[in-house]
Amino acid sequence: MSKIIEGLFYSESHEWVRTEGDTAVIGITDFAQKSMGNIVYVDMPEEDDEISQNEEFGAVESVKAASDLIAPVSGTVIEKNAALEDEPGLLNSDPYANWIIRVRFSDISETDALMDAAEYTEFLSRQA
Amino acid sequence: MKYYDKLIFELSKEDRNGFSLPENDWQETPENIPAVLRRAVPPDLPQVSEPDAVRHYVNLSNMNFGVDTGFYPLGSCTMKYNPKICEETAAHPGFSGLHPLQPASTVQGALRIYDELSRFLCSLTGMAAFTLNPFAGAHGELTGLMIMRSWHISRGDLKRTRIIVPDSAHGTNPASAAVCGLEVVQVRSTPQGIIDVEALKPLLDDRVAGIMMTNPNTLGLFETEIHEIEASVHAAGGLLYYDGANMNALLGKVRPGDMGFDIMHLNLHKTFSTPHGGGGPGSGPVGVAAHLKHLLPSPAVHCRGGFLTVEDQPEGAGRVSGFMGNFSVLLKAYTYILMLGKQNVRKVGPYAVLSANYIKESLKDCFRLPVPALCKHEFVFDGLSSGQENSVTTLDVAKRLLDYGFHAPTIYFPLLFHQSIMIEPTETESKETLDAFIDAMRSIAAEAATDPDILRSAPHATPVRRPDETLAATRPKLVE
Amino acid sequence: MLDRAGLDSLDGLYSDVPEDVLFKGEFDLPDAMTEMEVRRRFEEIASMNFPLKVFCGAGAYDHYSPAAIQTVISRSEFLTSYTPYQAEVSQGTLRYIFEFQTMMARLTGMDCANASMYDGPTSAAEAAMMMAACTKRKRRVLLSETLLPQVIETVGTYCRFHGIEITVIPHNDRTSDLQAAEAELEKGDAAGMVVPGINRYGIIEDLSGFADAVHRTGALLTVYSDPSSLAVVRCPGEWGADIACGDAQTLGLPLNFGGPYAGFLCCRQGFVRKLPGRIVGETVDADGKRAYVLTLQAREQHIRREKATSNICSNQSLMALYATVYLSLMGSEGLRRVNELSYGGAHYLYSRLLETGMFYKLNDKPFLKEFVLHSKIPPETLQKALLDAGFFAALSCGEDDLVSFCVTEKRTKEEMDGLVDVVNQIRHEVLR
Repeated sequence: MSKIIEGLFYSESHEWVRTEGDTAVIGITDFAQKSMGNIVYVDMPEEDDEISQNEEFGAVESVKAASDLIAPVSGTVIEKNAALEDEPGLLNSDPYANWIIRVRFSDISETDALMDAAEYTEFLSRQA
Repeated sequence: MKYYDKLIFELSKEDRNGFSLPENDWQETPENIPAVLRRAVPPDLPQVSEPDAVRHYVNLSNMNFGVDTGFYPLGSCTMKYNPKICEETAAHPGFSGLHPLQPASTVQGALRIYDELSRFLCSLTGMAAFTLNPFAGAHGELTGLMIMRSWHISRGDLKRTRIIVPDSAHGTNPASAAVCGLEVVQVRSTPQGIIDVEALKPLLDDRVAGIMMTNPNTLGLFETEIHEIEASVHAAGGLLYYDGANMNALLGKVRPGDMGFDIMHLNLHKTFSTPHGGGGPGSGPVGVAAHLKHLLPSPAVHCRGGFLTVEDQPEGAGRVSGFMGNFSVLLKAYTYILMLGKQNVRKVGPYAVLSANYIKESLKDCFRLPVPALCKHEFVFDGLSSGQENSVTTLDVAKRLLDYGFHAPTIYFPLLFHQSIMIEPTETESKETLDAFIDAMRSIAAEAATDPDILRSAPHATPVRRPDETLAATRPKLVE
Repeated sequence: MLDRAGLDSLDGLYSDVPEDVLFKGEFDLPDAMTEMEVRRRFEEIASMNFPLKVFCGAGAYDHYSPAAIQTVISRSEFLTSYTPYQAEVSQGTLRYIFEFQTMMARLTGMDCANASMYDGPTSAAEAAMMMAACTKRKRRVLLSETLLPQVIETVGTYCRFHGIEITVIPHNDRTSDLQAAEAELEKGDAAGMVVPGINRYGIIEDLSGFADAVHRTGALLTVYSDPSSLAVVRCPGEWGADIACGDAQTLGLPLNFGGPYAGFLCCRQGFVRKLPGRIVGETVDADGKRAYVLTLQAREQHIRREKATSNICSNQSLMALYATVYLSLMGSEGLRRVNELSYGGAHYLYSRLLETGMFYKLNDKPFLKEFVLHSKIPPETLQKALLDAGFFAALSCGEDDLVSFCVTEKRTKEEMDGLVDVVNQIRHEVLR
């Protein structure tokens, strides 16, 4: 069973979002890290880069797979998680504690398109 | 195979070398080059004697498996035996010393090989003309797609920027299309493993440049709906591209030109038996139908009143290589065709297909056969038919095969199945070799039930065992 | 075997193929030959070629090749193996590629290298696409006009289809023009620029200022080099390049009428995830032993499909082995000697040709082994006379009266004197 945390928003491409005022913290879900296997590299955008909802903003790579990161909300990158540069495996050990980027976002209504924990649980069960 | 743990740098000793060059007694030396243009510190290269270097590389070769070592049933790679006469002719000093820009009058022999080999390939494929310039299969695909785009552009049809690629295609197809600036539209396969024609038809609009097909496809299945696909794509104004990766199945029996393909590439290192060399050099000639001849890349060989010339193709797709391809590889393929001759070439496809069906039928009770049909030169199992309860994977089977002295098949491709094992025996293996392989596979299937640990920890008899790929990719060490 | 397959004839193997596409005609091929017949045929065809004393370069150079190389590359464990997917039975290939990567990185002064490309021109095309990917500016790449013409054309073809505009910066007195490049770079839409270390006229370029100029505008610099020359001339790393590419043919590979050669592509550490093609990395195996594997594969076509950094699948593995063994045998000292001999010979021929009065200088810029002169004799007359005497020399290079010569360590003083004699003979005829 994949771990799902209450209070986060989830996308169909398995990113999670935590909102803190006008800041959105973005990572990948437990389901995503499990299906990737050992993550060896995270391609992250730079500070001040713009990301747009539903568009690719980076990628995670395992030995034999690569998966694009799809932006769950639009905004400007405030910070990337530099710890992942040295230890991408942190995404495997705790994908919720180890966020990927922090974004300043403007349009809270974009989260309407995302799922809550219950909906994401339901979404995963339908995938199986 | 014996483990040998040196790098050439570790054999280095001050002031040793392995060359034989005259002393320099010229007046002018590179010291006269202005300092700003000179290298500050000499490059740190090994300093080894000839015997040390030769032994080092021979020791490295002892850790390698080649077709000359044993059976190499690597699906989609056509690891057939490479006749040694081809090596001899390719090394002929009358060719190896030729500069690529020598005047045509001094290289009529080389151009004749280029021209004759092109004609041989036309006859074998039913195409109208070939360029032998592309260096490899992927390079051929790219060149072929450039020709496809050039054709549409030359007719002022600028909307055609999409290419249809089946979901079973080699990854190279979509990658080549993307490099060529085409948008990839995937068409799905039917449960029987061939292109779903009903899914294809709605995709065919005026934005489609064409379709890339591998026939037989990566499941080793002949695309039986080829006539309908050909008619539909052509009716929509698109072209058909034939990926020659699996041409060995059809060689001597079916010609892509007769199936209506407009553009194709061949892999001489597969179908025409030039050695793979550990990944290259290959050769990926591209053939076209008559209406596309003028779009072949530069330079091209033309025959003008019995005299062969090298000319630019003013209307062509452009230049894709420094010179005229991997010429010595062409010599090997040319030799291979001469040795086969027009009669024996008819046996290549059928014998390769027979070998594949023989193995498939001999193992289908031990391995899961997702598409139980007549296959062509290769087929795909989806893992063991039992043993999953012991969580024995395709990787374990492949690694265990190495202990039995066989190279592993292609694994985890095609992506249509989770535990793909893709087996291609080729026509050059004897029945005894195929039987030995079948016995080994059956024995491994038995081990999966009785002694799964021996599979999960395999291989046991190789110089190294299951290198840590995660470590390699997380902390890349790419140079010494 | 047919029984096992449930068939009664070989024809049954193709029962799924529509009847009308089964080939029933006769192939337009010769009858099968024996090895002896094939040998005779090759002798016959080879006799239609005229091996010449090569005094031309232009992207393919006639360098000495130590005998031991042939022994190594003929090992069928190397020759008949595939791409090293199964690391356990491919440690030989993987190790020598790791050595190749190391040697190319050291020669070019870069941090890493891939396991080789097809040839020089395609390595430059990959470099151009890589600069676009690294800078996320898929707009424009600048090329110096002083690059070899086949490099400009090949990069042009790739970029035209890939959707990158190419701007060729005209030369300034036969070398790359920094000021003109700066003016283009300031527009801010260029992903980078490709310049040659030694250019199409044989001139060793002074690339001072290029790295700063491109980096100021957020673009990248690629230097196209002759790797043999890098034992003595300033290397791409020293010029501040981000990417180094070129043709490893000069590392002892036979001319072979144009191929197979081996391209190389090296870069700074920060760009390694955008480096196309195969890459070998070091790791440890299950027992803790040092081992080598293909790595960073997630960039590649078989995983990324249309999102791959390139469509490259193969590399020129066997030719990379050729170059690796060459560099092992030569070492830095041997490579320096090759350059000394080529430089000395080229400058001798240069002086002797000028003495004939039939040529005049292009300019006074420094060259290594290849040079271009203005010829007072019509190039066609000159080339024909040289050809008749067995010399491939005085290659036309673009403009009317420009001819190029190249001298490697294989050319002897006697050969050069013989070449000059031919020129003097023409002079006498002209004077008469």
